[in-house]
Formats: sequence, structure tokens, C-alpha cells
Amino acid sequence: MQKSRHDTWVGLFVLIGAAAILFLALKAGNLLSLNFDDTYAVTAKFDNIGGLKPRAAVKSAGVVVGRVEAIGFDDKSYQARVTLQLEKKFSFPKDSSAKILTSGLLGEQYLGLEPGAEEKNLVAGDNISQTQSAVVLENLISQFLYSKAADSGSAASPPPQGGAKK
Amino acid sequence: MNWLKPSSVGFAVRTRLADIGEAARLFAQLVALAGTTFGRLRLVLDQVFFLGNRSLSIITVSGLFVGFVLALQGYYTLQRYGSAEAVGLLVALSLVRELGPVVTALLFAGRAGTSLTAEIGLMKAGEQLAAMEMMAVDPVKRVLAPRFWSGVIAMPLLAAVFSAVGILGGWLVAVPLIGIDAGSFWSQMQGGVDVWADVGNGVVKSVVFGFTVTFIALLQGYTCKPTPEGVSQATTRTVVMASLFVLALDFVLTAMMFSI
Repeated sequence: MQKSRHDTWVGLFVLIGAAAILFLALKAGNLLSLNFDDTYAVTAKFDNIGGLKPRAAVKSAGVVVGRVEAIGFDDKSYQARVTLQLEKKFSFPKDSSAKILTSGLLGEQYLGLEPGAEEKNLVAGDNISQTQSAVVLENLISQFLYSKAADSGSAASPPPQGGAKK
Repeated sequence: MNWLKPSSVGFAVRTRLADIGEAARLFAQLVALAGTTFGRLRLVLDQVFFLGNRSLSIITVSGLFVGFVLALQGYYTLQRYGSAEAVGLLVALSLVRELGPVVTALLFAGRAGTSLTAEIGLMKAGEQLAAMEMMAVDPVKRVLAPRFWSGVIAMPLLAAVFSAVGILGGWLVAVPLIGIDAGSFWSQMQGGVDVWADVGNGVVKSVVFGFTVTFIALLQGYTCKPTPEGVSQATTRTVVMASLFVLALDFVLTAMMFSI
């Protein structure tokens, strides 16, 4: 096949297109943060996971040490079952605790892992038993209102013997 | 009330169906010719140059300005909620998922689709296609298929260039001009854009639009009336139909890809 003067330019065009796709994948989509390192799976059960989503970060001391792989529902204990993939190079004590945190006031939710004190480390298939649920704003507000109401109630109506004053 | 007669209704339906059938046959023919076409790479490369390289300038400039505007408008709304850093995410997601493929396809229809239609229509009007058939050269194989496949190749590359340049344009407005922190601009974007779900689906969209726009352009040229008037009508129809099909298909694809 003979060469033509277009060859260089077509090659250049295809290269620019490929570079653009690469740019989108690496710089915008951050393909590099996808880990191809070995991981091990650990589960944790939560009463309420709030807005946690699969692929959310698992952080310990603020450093990403793994990802949430799957979220399911356990109809025996009526809890959410969260499967985590932790990186092999990080090991945590067996009695580590997990809690669901929010980055910033409106940010996305992630899973915080706090190391315990036990000698043995978590291995694949283990369950993290100490968990703390996500903070649900509605519950927080209603608790606050109830406590406010209880406070004002006890302050306004002196002793219960006072009877049906209302 | 001539058009209400059963015979004219039947005729209208029958011609529409015949048109659709002819279009489907041409499409199947073009798809089946993929192997033969890429065997004659010279023809494809020349068309990629014509459709791709020549469209690069309009795509780059449009992408840059779309990125500028997205960043400005996004910043205007987001800063009210104190999350101006998310403007990077807004620009990247809207470009990669929607605007990149769609606007590129619209521009591609206007820039490359029209010239395809006019070229083929004039070849038909000048009886060049008929002459080819006389020489036992299949015009679908020799003329249409290379143009079709080079359009399919060029379109996703152009869409990727559009999105990438648009993100750079958004960065240009957001970081040096408005003064958003560069680190949070990129980290918000990287936190929210998924490689497969967002970038990958955007590429799939642009491939689909490449098929759509190029095929409509070729079909209009190939089936136009072989007169100057017919060619001009076919060129107009290319832009109108390609734009409508792209927008409608975009809705369908978005509903399929991004609905939860």
C-alpha cells in the first residue's frame, strides 16, 4: 500500500483522540485510583448505613485503605450487611471498629475504620462486630426536639402531683 | 379531501414502509461490508482525514467555549450553596455524559454530514454512481462503506476531544479566572466521575451517534432526487433528521444507562 500525504495527519488525529480518551479516564475519572492491588474482604453489620454507596472509600486515620464492595440486607438481624475490600498491605486488629462518617457537612459518606488493640489481625471473611451507624439527620433533630420538649415539660409543670394543669 | 381516500393513505403507508426497508437494507449492507472496507484502508484513511481532521478545529473551539460557559454558570449557582469547588465535577459530568457526545454529533452532522450528503448526491446527479455500476464497481462498496466506517471511527474520537478540551476550558475559567482551588477542583471531579459508568458510557453514546449521523447523511445522499434541488433538500434533511435522531436517541440511551 502506497503512502499518502494524509497518513501523518490521520495518525495525528487518532493520537489526539486517544490522548483525549486517556485524559478523560485518568484525569477526570481517576482510573489510577482504582486499585489492582490484592485485597481481602471483611463484612460489617450496621443498624443504618444512611447514604453509604458501593465503591465508597474506607478510610483509617483519613487515609483510603479500601473500598465498600457491596451492600446487602440481612433479614435475620434486620441490619445492613456491608462488604469491604481492604488492601492486603494494611492489616487491622480483630477488634477494630467501623463507623459511617460524612466528609464535610454535605459531602459523601465513607466508612471510617478505627484500629482496636487485639494482637490478632482481621483476615478475609471476618466480621467487624463493633459498628456505629450513620447519623440520620431526622433522628438527630427529633431527639433534640424530644429532649427540648422533655426539658421544657419538666421545667414548666413542676412535680407530677401538680396534676392535670394543662 | 383527496388525502383521506383509503387508496392515498395506503399509498403513503406503503411508500414509508418501503423507504424504511430500503434504509435498513443499506444499513445492513454497510455493516456487513466492515471487513472488506478495512481491507482497503487507503479509502478509509482518506475519509477519516476528511471527516475527522477537518472537523477538529470546530470541535476544539466549541468544546473550549462550552467548557467556559459551563464553568461560569455552574459557579454562579454552586457558590450560593458554598460548594463552588464542585464546579469541576459539574463540568466534567455534564461534558462526559451528555454534552460531549451530543454537541459533537450535532456539529459533526453540520460539518461532515452535510458534505457527505452533498458529495454523494452530486455523484448521483452527475450519474457517476450509475457509471460505476456500469463498470461493475459497486458504489455502496467503493463510495459509501469507506465513508460510513470512517465516520464511525472519527465521531468517538472527536467527542473525546470535545470533552477533554471542555474540561480544560472549565479549568481555565474556574481556577485561574475565578480562583477556585486547583486541588479541590480536580479531586471533586475525580471523586465523582466513574471511569466505566460515566466516561465509558459517554464513549458508547458517541459511537452510537457516529453510526446514526453518518448513516443518515449517506442515506440522504444516496436516495436524493438527482437534481440540484433534490441535493439541496437532501442536505437540509440530513441536518434536521440527524439532529432529531441524535437528541431522541440520547434520551433513550441516557434512560438506559444512567437510570437507577
